[in-house]
Amino acid sequence: MSQDVRDENGVLTAPHVLEYPYRRSVGPVLGRFFTALRDGKLIGVATQQGRVLVPPAEYDPETGAAVADRFVDVGPGGVVTTWSWVPRPRAKQPLGRPFAWALIRLDGADTALLHAVDAGDPSRMRTGLRVVPRWRAERVGHIADIECFTPENA
Amino acid sequence: MRDVAIVSFAQAPNRRRELRNEVEILMPVVQEAVARSGIERPFDFTCSGSSDFLQGQPFAFVIALDAAGAWPPIPESHVEMDGAWALYEAWVKIQSGQAETALVYAFGKSSPGDLPEVLATQLDPYVLAPLWPDAVSLAALQARAWMEKTGATARDLAAIAVRSRRDAKSNPNATVSGDAEIEKLLAAPAIADPLRAHDCPPVCDGAAAIVLAAGERARKACARPAWIRGIDHRIEPHSLGARDLSVSVSTQLAGEKAGAGRGAVDVAELHAPFTHQEAILREALGLGEGVRVNPSGGALCANPMMTAGLIRIGEAASRIMDGSARRAVAHATSGPCLQQNLVCVLEGA
Repeated sequence: MSQDVRDENGVLTAPHVLEYPYRRSVGPVLGRFFTALRDGKLIGVATQQGRVLVPPAEYDPETGAAVADRFVDVGPGGVVTTWSWVPRPRAKQPLGRPFAWALIRLDGADTALLHAVDAGDPSRMRTGLRVVPRWRAERVGHIADIECFTPENA
Repeated sequence: MRDVAIVSFAQAPNRRRELRNEVEILMPVVQEAVARSGIERPFDFTCSGSSDFLQGQPFAFVIALDAAGAWPPIPESHVEMDGAWALYEAWVKIQSGQAETALVYAFGKSSPGDLPEVLATQLDPYVLAPLWPDAVSLAALQARAWMEKTGATARDLAAIAVRSRRDAKSNPNATVSGDAEIEKLLAAPAIADPLRAHDCPPVCDGAAAIVLAAGERARKACARPAWIRGIDHRIEPHSLGARDLSVSVSTQLAGEKAGAGRGAVDVAELHAPFTHQEAILREALGLGEGVRVNPSGGALCANPMMTAGLIRIGEAASRIMDGSARRAVAHATSGPCLQQNLVCVLEGA
């Protein structure tokens, strides 16, 4: 036992670090998606029925069948399918100023991706709004390689 | 299928900030449910629902066994889910013939942490969780999708909040209750447009317990047992953008499999933490205007994490046990935007 188990008031203390000490592989499908993000590109994966999933998954959520080994370029622009407004962003969220969360169906995709939209004001948001990604200059293969989306005609 | 019934239910007052620890909250609740059942311990099976993420410690649920009493050793299981799913596991155990009686409990103490942030950790760890979307914002995405599809307005949502709070006045365990004025509610700013504070549940701490028994054991334990005539749960994809958020296909399917529509429903307890979710669930379960929905005030008025679903089953069972309902439907949900849903059909005979 270390000597510093008691603080200055004599209260017993113990350090407790909550951690997740595992390494995970993102696998063959999300791995391709993140590699593309690092290269500043957006891709989806085709299901056996030909629907394009973005973000991609290893299995078709409709049928449970493995997806086809066919990746397709999508975007970079897309359409907001629904959105909500964040008047007071939390510290870990993508933007430090008020922004919108939106589900965004990228051009060529059949499902929608969640991301932040830097619209400035909720009056500039609407379902059906066209948005484009704002890429980070330094990309590492992570969903936050897209800093956020912005209205296309901003 | 074996006849299995709920024979007793107890819950803690749902407080915004409970100073007792989890075991201290749970112990009187378990004791009350056990005493009401008249069944002597040990139970053939014990199953609990809770989340270690709320306590911030792996295997934190093990501590809670102190409230159930684990000596001499008992057959026991735990789900990292709402207690409604622990009840499902106990029901399966009894169906399999391995138990005649079961104790089910659930607890959730959210007040020490930052709940919206804790809930973000349940999301897909690759494309969702790293962005830290909070649960209220995600629910708001669903609210807008539903409002734009149906033409429903903020006033329609506020009316659900007003009715729920009024009903909660007769529920001593509710966190929020009272006579709210719709105009005053609508005058408040949105906290996650299109949702205002009254569209969202209070963050609170709570616990609940239910005793299950089979056949004759149930008839001996309770004058009017709430027989489980159907129970089923279904889940939807974790990718929010792969779902139609304006409907709940998993609730509809679970309701069909559980037989919710096979007879008239007197009362329904729906686990709808957000106002628009009550409307989506009503539609998914085909509940008409004649069905009394959430006489307890529902999750809008008390939503202890991991517990509010089990409370829905307990509240519905209480209406059967006290003779005020003949047939009831209870529903529990888990995950963002009604991702996973359980439907339980209860009858008095």
